[in-house]
Amino acid sequence: MPLDISNIVKHFGRYPALKGVSLLAEDGEFLALLGPSGSGKTTLLRVIAGLDTPDSGAVRFRGEDLLAKPVRERRIGLVFQHYALFRHMTAAQNIAFGMRARKKGERPSSAQIKTRVEELLDLVQLSGLGRRYPAQLSGGQRQRVALARALAIEPKILLLDEPFGALDAKVRRELRRWLRDLHERTGLTTIFVTHDQEEALDLADRVALLKDGGLEQVGTPEELYHEPTSAFVFDFLGDSVAFDCTVNGNIAVIAGAPVPIVGGAYNDGGGVAHARPDQLDIALGEGPGVPVHVRNVILAGPDARLDCALDSGGAMDVRVPIEDAAKLAPRDRLRIVPRTVRVWNQ
Amino acid sequence: MSLTPTNGRKPFRFVEPSALPGFGAAFGFTLVYLSFFVLIPLAALALKPWESGWGLFVDIVTRPRTLAALRLSFGAALIAALVNAVFGTIAAWVLVRYDFPGRRLLDAFVDLPFALPTAVAGIALAAIYAPNGVVGSLFAPFHISIAYTPLGVMIALIFVGFPFIVRSVQPVLEDLEVEIEEAAATLGASRWRTITQVVAPVILPALLAGFSLSFARAVGEYGSVIFIAGNIPMVSEIAPLLIVIQLEEFDYAGAAAVGLIMLTLSFVMLLILNLLQGRIARRGRR
Amino acid sequence: MSRDSPARRDPPWFAALLIAVTLLYMAAILLLPLITVFAEALRKGLDAYAQAFADPDAQAAIRLTLGVAAISVLLNTVFGLAAAWAIAKFEFWGKSAVMTLIDLPFSISPVISGLVFVLLYGINGWFGPWLDANNIQIIFTFTGIVLATTLVTLPFVARELIPLMQEQGADEEAAAATLGAGGWRTFFLVTIPNVKWALMYGVLLCTARAMGEFGAVAVVSGHIRGETATMPLYVEILYNEYSFSAAFAVASLLALFALVTLAVKTLLEMRFAEELSIQRWR
Repeated sequence: MPLDISNIVKHFGRYPALKGVSLLAEDGEFLALLGPSGSGKTTLLRVIAGLDTPDSGAVRFRGEDLLAKPVRERRIGLVFQHYALFRHMTAAQNIAFGMRARKKGERPSSAQIKTRVEELLDLVQLSGLGRRYPAQLSGGQRQRVALARALAIEPKILLLDEPFGALDAKVRRELRRWLRDLHERTGLTTIFVTHDQEEALDLADRVALLKDGGLEQVGTPEELYHEPTSAFVFDFLGDSVAFDCTVNGNIAVIAGAPVPIVGGAYNDGGGVAHARPDQLDIALGEGPGVPVHVRNVILAGPDARLDCALDSGGAMDVRVPIEDAAKLAPRDRLRIVPRTVRVWNQ
Repeated sequence: MSLTPTNGRKPFRFVEPSALPGFGAAFGFTLVYLSFFVLIPLAALALKPWESGWGLFVDIVTRPRTLAALRLSFGAALIAALVNAVFGTIAAWVLVRYDFPGRRLLDAFVDLPFALPTAVAGIALAAIYAPNGVVGSLFAPFHISIAYTPLGVMIALIFVGFPFIVRSVQPVLEDLEVEIEEAAATLGASRWRTITQVVAPVILPALLAGFSLSFARAVGEYGSVIFIAGNIPMVSEIAPLLIVIQLEEFDYAGAAAVGLIMLTLSFVMLLILNLLQGRIARRGRR
Repeated sequence: MSRDSPARRDPPWFAALLIAVTLLYMAAILLLPLITVFAEALRKGLDAYAQAFADPDAQAAIRLTLGVAAISVLLNTVFGLAAAWAIAKFEFWGKSAVMTLIDLPFSISPVISGLVFVLLYGINGWFGPWLDANNIQIIFTFTGIVLATTLVTLPFVARELIPLMQEQGADEEAAAATLGAGGWRTFFLVTIPNVKWALMYGVLLCTARAMGEFGAVAVVSGHIRGETATMPLYVEILYNEYSFSAAFAVASLLALFALVTLAVKTLLEMRFAEELSIQRWR
């Protein structure tokens, strides 16, 4: 078990940032720590790196106790959200920093350092830019230098703290692809913090979803998306809509319409049913189903988006094939019936 | 609003049109005030030494007494600024990085040389370092005099220049992002390496700026120095005192000459320091 | 205070060493002189201390100092407001030249600040003969002292106002203009309230410096006790005639005022950090 995190508890004053989180990361795995702000994901990362000390709990890497070592000795590569490059050093000097910082006996020779810096610049596709200062590089380039710098110390684990958070959307997507490639080439155990669920689902082998300092669910992206263990997980990963319902066996009755329940944890009685916006059927005229009226029909996209207002108050997004929406107009009245739902009411 | 001329160049306007009134009056008053207090007086200083021709100016400036005074003023100021650079930086570090009882008080106290009139500091320093003073008496048995020697001048200049260094370095230290030091730590750097290779280069431009200010202030200092200085021509006479003496003898041209050379030398030094600071601060940025 | 992080913890012995060095240095360089002023002032007892102020020359010195400071500060405050208005709210050619000129008095020796007025209005100065012919005296009088003090303290108020007003921009004043407000109304009801703490801070520093100025005043005043000796000059006079306790007694009054200045300054900095300019006192 390469990285074994057990029962980490961390308070900042009276604020509980981590309430006993346990997690296992396999060798060479790309694990995403996902969650809203305040979920504790960055704190957990910092605990692993050694930048915060937990109140209790243990972190072991290949058997050895990581918490016993100060941050300087942990050989963990950390890439910061805002790069934290040394502004007064060139890219090459930044990358060489960790190697030069080694104690006399372990320090590679200048020639070896130079070679390794070139290799790393090549790896992150910044060959020839070693002499530039951070101010002369774009955001994406700076982040790659930060990555190369972290890799230079031959870390046991690579940690990334929202590394693409400060970049614009297009650069983010390009770097995502590139990071995945890099991971395949280095094979390093990588832990990656993000609040962007699309990014997590895209990149990770496994995703750990945190909420309010606790671990909600951990599993592959497919597991989290298709087999969520709580309403929070379902709602966080992808768009969702919710309906009041009454549970009867395996059926949820929603505004008179019976809907099969495909997941969740439920007893008979009242509850909330969750569905995806593209799993909803629309019907005209009288009958069972949630009554809404259309506020806006948006046809510019792969499918049609209906911006609806419920009679009972509130708004709902419905996605249907474009042909179905073509005849609709604002102020039309519809009935919404989900095809399948998940319910958690235990 | 006029349309842009077809040749594409904006016509030169002294002041951009604005919805706000009062530019003329405010600017006019400012200009008149500055002319009366700064421009015309400085013009007098610039022109007076030449009234009797080049020769007189060169003669006054190269007189041994003048050279000695300039050497003392600039030399002592340089050494004082260097001493303050070391201890001022340490003080700034202590005030920003550590918390201890009385830190706030210490922080406020740094500005004492700004608030305390120079003559008050002057007589106090003279009393302390005179042969029968608190500190002077410790050195007297070894025949080391502090007061009435260039050493005394240096100590007075250390007093007046201290806050400049601290107040220049402090804000930069305060704004230094913690991530930089965290990154260095994760990369395995020892604390000492982090401080010298990662933090120090960042505060260097500010330190240089503070050094310039400290130096400039010390060169022209009068009140704190003349009581402790001894004022013996060729030995412990500072340049500003030379100016005062020449005025008392109604040698206006002489006084102006020394004043002008002082100003020129100061500006040259400040220019050099400014360029150096700009170079370092702009490292790599085009 | 910087965020605490294990990456920022210095070894305790290192911290202790630096703190000790700083305390010792500041005690030796700063505290010692301050204590000496009061120790020497009270050396001959409280009676002698009080005596020093009973002297009419001392009282004249105090009055003179306050008078000079009042006028210089007033002049420089008006100037500071005018200059800041022009510089911060308008775009014009030559702005940096003007700002350099305003900063100039900071960089020149106070003796030179006095010298330049002697060169202009002294007996051998540019206007000397004309003034003499019309029986007007500037050097060696109250007027001369005011001129020299005003030059030395010229930048103080402006330097506090300009960066702050530049940062605040001209939007609020423009809004006032669209609402029909005239120049003075805008200035007093919109601009000034936005900078009131910076203004107070600048005036405080200006006053402290004006009261304590020595070099410039020494050059223009002629040291005539009872007439043109400000408090700092009076201290010098007493010292030069070996009346040490009296000299320190008057000095202690100045030192007390300096401490009050420091206290008020610190208070303003603590409570109004955002409203003050980013630059601290240089």
